[in-house]
Amino acid sequence: MERSNVDLWVGVFVAAGIGALLFLALKAGNVDSIMKAEGYKVSAEFDNIGGLKAKAPVKSAGVIVGRVESVTFNNQSLRALVQLNLDKQFQFPADSSVSILTSGLLGDQFVGIDPGGALENLEGGDRVRITQSAIVLEKVIGQFLYGKMSEKNTD
Amino acid sequence: MREPTDLIQFSSVNFAYGQSTIFRNLDVGFAAGKVTAIMGGSGSGKTTILKLIGGQARPQQGEVICEASAVNKMTHRELFAYRKRIGMLFQFGALFTDLNVFENVAFPLREQASLPETAVRDLVLMKLHAVGLRGASRLMPAELSGGMARRVALARAIALDPSLMLYDEPFTGLDPISTAITGNLIRTLNDALGITSIFVTHDIKASFKVADEVVLLSRGSVTARGKPSDLLESNDPLVRQFVNGEVDGPVPFHVSSKPYREDLGLEHVRG
Amino acid sequence: MTFVRKMLSRLGRASIDSIWKLGEASVFMGRVVSRSSIILRRPSLLVAEIHFAGVLSLVIIIVSGLFVGLVLGLQGYETLKRYGSTGAVGTLVALSLVRELGPVVSALLFASRAGSAITAKIGIMKTTEQLSAMEMMAVDPHARVVAPMFWGGFISMPLLAAIFSAMGIVGGYLITVVVIGVDSGAFWSQMQTSVDFHHDILNGVIKSVVFGTAVSAIAVYEGYASVPTAEGVSRAVTRTVVTSALAVLALDFVLTAFMFTGAH
Repeated sequence: MERSNVDLWVGVFVAAGIGALLFLALKAGNVDSIMKAEGYKVSAEFDNIGGLKAKAPVKSAGVIVGRVESVTFNNQSLRALVQLNLDKQFQFPADSSVSILTSGLLGDQFVGIDPGGALENLEGGDRVRITQSAIVLEKVIGQFLYGKMSEKNTD
Repeated sequence: MREPTDLIQFSSVNFAYGQSTIFRNLDVGFAAGKVTAIMGGSGSGKTTILKLIGGQARPQQGEVICEASAVNKMTHRELFAYRKRIGMLFQFGALFTDLNVFENVAFPLREQASLPETAVRDLVLMKLHAVGLRGASRLMPAELSGGMARRVALARAIALDPSLMLYDEPFTGLDPISTAITGNLIRTLNDALGITSIFVTHDIKASFKVADEVVLLSRGSVTARGKPSDLLESNDPLVRQFVNGEVDGPVPFHVSSKPYREDLGLEHVRG
Repeated sequence: MTFVRKMLSRLGRASIDSIWKLGEASVFMGRVVSRSSIILRRPSLLVAEIHFAGVLSLVIIIVSGLFVGLVLGLQGYETLKRYGSTGAVGTLVALSLVRELGPVVSALLFASRAGSAITAKIGIMKTTEQLSAMEMMAVDPHARVVAPMFWGGFISMPLLAAIFSAMGIVGGYLITVVVIGVDSGAFWSQMQTSVDFHHDILNGVIKSVVFGTAVSAIAVYEGYASVPTAEGVSRAVTRTVVTSALAVLALDFVLTAFMFTGAH
């Protein structure tokens, strides 16, 4: 094959390879994990985090606004300490509340933010006071059964 | 057997491939400016001599000397510098199969000298003209006959104007015309360029026509050497057997073995 | 007793042989890598070998990637349908491809397409004395022939693996979204939330680089060390494919153990 032909094909091949990598990074993967977007960190304590894991999304009104940085245990308060990394372009009132939600009945858990009404915004290093723990399915079922039984007893 | 005019000298060379000894105390010299034919039966180490001269094999003992420097003691760099002055024609040409005839001949020029493209083209066409294949420059090696491939390889071997040419079995597998052409080329190149040529062969007729001197190898050492005419008149039984192509003689037809009857189980060994 | 003795000494011989061969291959690769500056001085040699190893493997990689994606999509859909979470099929296809199947299957295909061709090419050059001829022209075949082939394979393999994974995702998309009718938004968004750039994509690329290095090194070594006869070359080609496959699967286990366990 002619030299220029070889060059052309190798050019096509390398471009296709790099294109495929970009496709994987941008279309299949999440872009924001590449360009670690400028963010600020806030923390929150929960009685129970259920199955929340690091890197789970943080959503507000269904939009991803950040990710869970880490999940640890606070030995003083004996509660779960969750660090959230929020995108700088999203600002929330200081009295916003966070809760641990589940996508679908059996889906992954994520952190939801419900904006409050305060004039000041949350800043890096702040702690969110109002938190709601994960709903643990076993507990819910247990309470439901317990309620049914007590209903029966009162009849 | 060594002369001061020798370009290449072997002094008490011992060489073995694993267990099988090829040369034992080989002393031989190759005269500068002459065409020397190395002859011998199959497996007598003819090709190994070329490898030793080219530094592709190193003797276990002894030295191979070219112009006062020992080839077997050269470093990688020295060896490569030394090889730039050697042209070698391999048995079946060893052309690069993915390059065409022109690029094959241009290969050593492009690798060793940074010449402008026009100079490379002129040199390649000159070398191809010398072997009569200027018209075949665009062909691929697969499209050439055995004889043509050999001639292209020859053009490639002389591309850098070597002072020593080595030929490994240059006549094997060639028809009578190609054999004559190749023999003639070896002779003409040697005389026109004033170089030294050594070739290895078992083709009596072709080599006796071309060579100034013939070295006959047998059992790891030189059995006879001399002008072709001397060898033709020699009374040595081994030389006679080789020159006349006799079936049995000092080189026996049978490989040494137990007696035939014993091998067939017809006779039991007593005692 | 003699049987045990015989087996043990056979095992000993095999061990010594394989360690000897490994040492020989390391020395050879050291020589090749140390003489690789030629590819910087003459990039056209490298380009030709990327063509030989990469471009010529492109068709088989694209077609296989597409089919693997189609099968993954179909199987994934059938399984996920039982749990009512068919939207997760994108995640399943992408993670399987990027983490495992992309690097591993393309490395196996690369070994049988490009690796065998590299071994055969070097082996034939040896058999027909082209390598000897080069040496006698004072050209080092390690630098002129082997180094560009090794680096050509080294560069081609990660690109092929990426193309394989991308084609697989396209295949999965075609069968589940276009043919079956899974929601396109769910397909991509679920994929994007669960495929992490560092953890999944980058680790997959690292795997393909390691596999590419291993297969290319095995291919050039087997070619160079082949017995210079027709039979010797064909044996060397077989050894390249078999050794590469084993090496890829073993390395995959080791790399997976390092990369994907322990981290959450």
